[in-house]
Amino acid sequence: MKRPSSFVVPFKAGDALMRVHLKIQRFDPEKDAKPYWSEHDIEVEKTDQVLDALHQVKWYHDGTLTLRRSCAHGICGSDAMRINGRNALACKVLIKDVGQKITVQPLLGLPIIKDLVVDMEPFFAKYRSVKPYLINTDDPGERERLQSPEDRARYDDTTKCILCAACTTACPAFWANDEYVGPAAIVQSHRFIFDSRDQIAPERLDIMADTMGVWRCRTAFNCVEACPRGIDVTRAISEVKQAVMTGKAR
Amino acid sequence: MAKHHQIDALIVGAGGAGLMAALHCSRQIKNTAVISKLYPTRSHTGTAQGGIAAPLGNMEEDRWEWYMYDTVKGGDYLVDQDAAEILAKESIGAVIELEHMGLPFDRTRDGKIEQRRFGGHTRNEGEAPVMRSCKAADRTGHMILQTLYQQCIKQNVRFFDEFQVIDLMVEDNVCRGVVAVEILTGELHVFHAKAVLLAIGGFGRVWSVTSNAHSLTGDGVAIALRRGVPLEDMEFFQFHPTGIYKMGILLSEALRGEGAIFTNDTGERFMARYAPTMKDLASRDVCSRCIYLEVREGRGIGGKDYVYIDARPETINTYQSGPGGKTVTAEHLEAALPDVFEMARVYLGVEPLKQGIPIQPTAHYAMGGVPTDNDGRVLADAQGTLVRGLYAAGECACVSVHGANRLGTNSLVDLVVFGRRGGKAMADFCTRADFAPPPAHPEAETVAQINRIRNGTGKEKPARIRSEMQKVMMDHVGVFREGPAIQNALDTIRELKERYQNISIEDKGQRFNTDLYEAWELGCLLDLAEVTAYAALDRTESRGAHWREDFPKRDDAHWLKHTFVTRRNGSLEATYKPVVITRFEPKERTY
Repeated sequence: MKRPSSFVVPFKAGDALMRVHLKIQRFDPEKDAKPYWSEHDIEVEKTDQVLDALHQVKWYHDGTLTLRRSCAHGICGSDAMRINGRNALACKVLIKDVGQKITVQPLLGLPIIKDLVVDMEPFFAKYRSVKPYLINTDDPGERERLQSPEDRARYDDTTKCILCAACTTACPAFWANDEYVGPAAIVQSHRFIFDSRDQIAPERLDIMADTMGVWRCRTAFNCVEACPRGIDVTRAISEVKQAVMTGKAR
Repeated sequence: MAKHHQIDALIVGAGGAGLMAALHCSRQIKNTAVISKLYPTRSHTGTAQGGIAAPLGNMEEDRWEWYMYDTVKGGDYLVDQDAAEILAKESIGAVIELEHMGLPFDRTRDGKIEQRRFGGHTRNEGEAPVMRSCKAADRTGHMILQTLYQQCIKQNVRFFDEFQVIDLMVEDNVCRGVVAVEILTGELHVFHAKAVLLAIGGFGRVWSVTSNAHSLTGDGVAIALRRGVPLEDMEFFQFHPTGIYKMGILLSEALRGEGAIFTNDTGERFMARYAPTMKDLASRDVCSRCIYLEVREGRGIGGKDYVYIDARPETINTYQSGPGGKTVTAEHLEAALPDVFEMARVYLGVEPLKQGIPIQPTAHYAMGGVPTDNDGRVLADAQGTLVRGLYAAGECACVSVHGANRLGTNSLVDLVVFGRRGGKAMADFCTRADFAPPPAHPEAETVAQINRIRNGTGKEKPARIRSEMQKVMMDHVGVFREGPAIQNALDTIRELKERYQNISIEDKGQRFNTDLYEAWELGCLLDLAEVTAYAALDRTESRGAHWREDFPKRDDAHWLKHTFVTRRNGSLEATYKPVVITRFEPKERTY
């Protein structure tokens, strides 16, 4: 028997190529006094990701271009950046959806480490500050704790968060005051406040009631637009606000 | 000058296996740390979709013996059955532990963990599909990774995030730590440790069409090989049948668990011909081969090299292929498979409730890797000698519970069950053992490797070498293989390794130099591609994911054994280890 015809897809299939102009904000504090733009005319497929375009630049034109990326299909959260002025994952935006002029910048509001790589530590510090773990001191026994499908559904949306920081770094309230805990940390708090198995909702609501907590939100909705996981972030925040006001999570 | 650290228990990799090991180890050993080249939540465990198996029996009768049988049969009898028994029994406690940690499993009406069907999982040794996979919609891996990371924060586990491990300190069969570079600063760090556990994941980036992250370059596996550790069963690499056409992005087997079926150009449900009982829920190696065969016979869609996975409710209801033959609705499918459907919409522009989704097999999972015993202890040879202080768990390890082909869900079970066992064993070891002295110049090899790349002035571009490697491996060491083609691939890989000596990179800086680390990772991929092709050429039979057209039969008389490939002075040699058979004698494998 003959082997089947090759399954290998050439690097470029060739039938839907398009020329794009990429403009990328660059900054290497080891050598640059301030950020500048590098510009690249390249050929990509319409169905390529913006990440593919960045890789083409990095792999074949300028190896110094620096970015984070890993899974390349919208789950790991490494490659959040500002694409044509909007926060998104570079692997979840296709060329055909952004057009021929593509401007790429690092996330706003976090210190730039190099090019598109920002310092995530302040973001993770806020994440850790909301006690992002289940607390239940009862002996759970040998089997699973029970939870009704309705109780499980109550916090479903906020379990989708991948900690990419797209929401927090799109938030005007965060830009105005970087002490603000930010939408991503509130989403994490929501995930536990509304989990029927968790026992410290009052403490979580206290954290959220802090001056740098949930009341800093001015419902600009940028976070909803930025979230690559489709989480209704503003709704989650307003549910937390509601719970802070009534003192009742469930 | 390098920075020096002294850590009792050091875990390399922060995916499910690494975090599970860290949680269990750090309960006993305070001075435990995790090194990862990514932020932990970026690890590839997070992309696992469909579920984690455990015979909880929440939906229908189930038994660990049935699950063990499915695992052994799924692995085409190359599975070590003592390990499979542990996997099957301990999966129950592992899933319950995850629930207690807060994992948001989907629930039944009575509040228990809800379960669904998955490929190769059956009731009573092959009678019919069984609902065994516990899940959180189609983001089970994401929830496992998040939950374990949450627990690590709660437990104050120490992390070194974005550190690239370059070398393992092993001398006289004793592991003494690792050498790493801090990606942010380019600074060298020597981690002197009592025990090291490798949990670095897989290396699907050896192939051109893969579901694996860009970062899955098998670093720790290649480093182990370079330091004299054998690699087990490297010829067995799983091609998952449902990768998005051309892109390789995975669409979960949960699709078929919910009733989706494969169709060819004539609209035929072709798996009914190849696997009359399990049909579309036959094991992954079987489905991938059938897709290739359909394409070869000219029945790919439009004569091209892909088929459809059809998840339209009317299709599922026409064939009564839903769970238990029940009617499914669009709303149910949308709720059960939100991420999978979104990927079809975003990346293909296909509406899965109305159209077939174009798919092709995609390089997905390494059954082989660093050989271990059932407590994660790394083996130095096929006779079972141990490398003192070295452990491995998860995809990078080979226990072997997956044999020649892994069942769906079993990667997650593996990393929780054996991550836990490895972490505990490591903790026990650390309470008893002292630090073995480090080598005289621990960072010398790392400095040499880094400088060779940074100062290289040759004409070769790493990206070109990588894409040539990926193409030849996809062409010749993929779903179907035959001797001369594998030899051709092996020769090409060796040429590429020569050319790799003449690479140069553009970024010469210290700070966050991804140009440098990508080039270094390519060296790992080339080493692993070579071992894979070498082992594939060596094994002259067809078993599980390793299918030789020139030897199309399984040959238990000669090949019911594991391959151990060792590198000495640059050349590879194979030795063999018998398969552990306890409960199930090998028999013909049909679905």
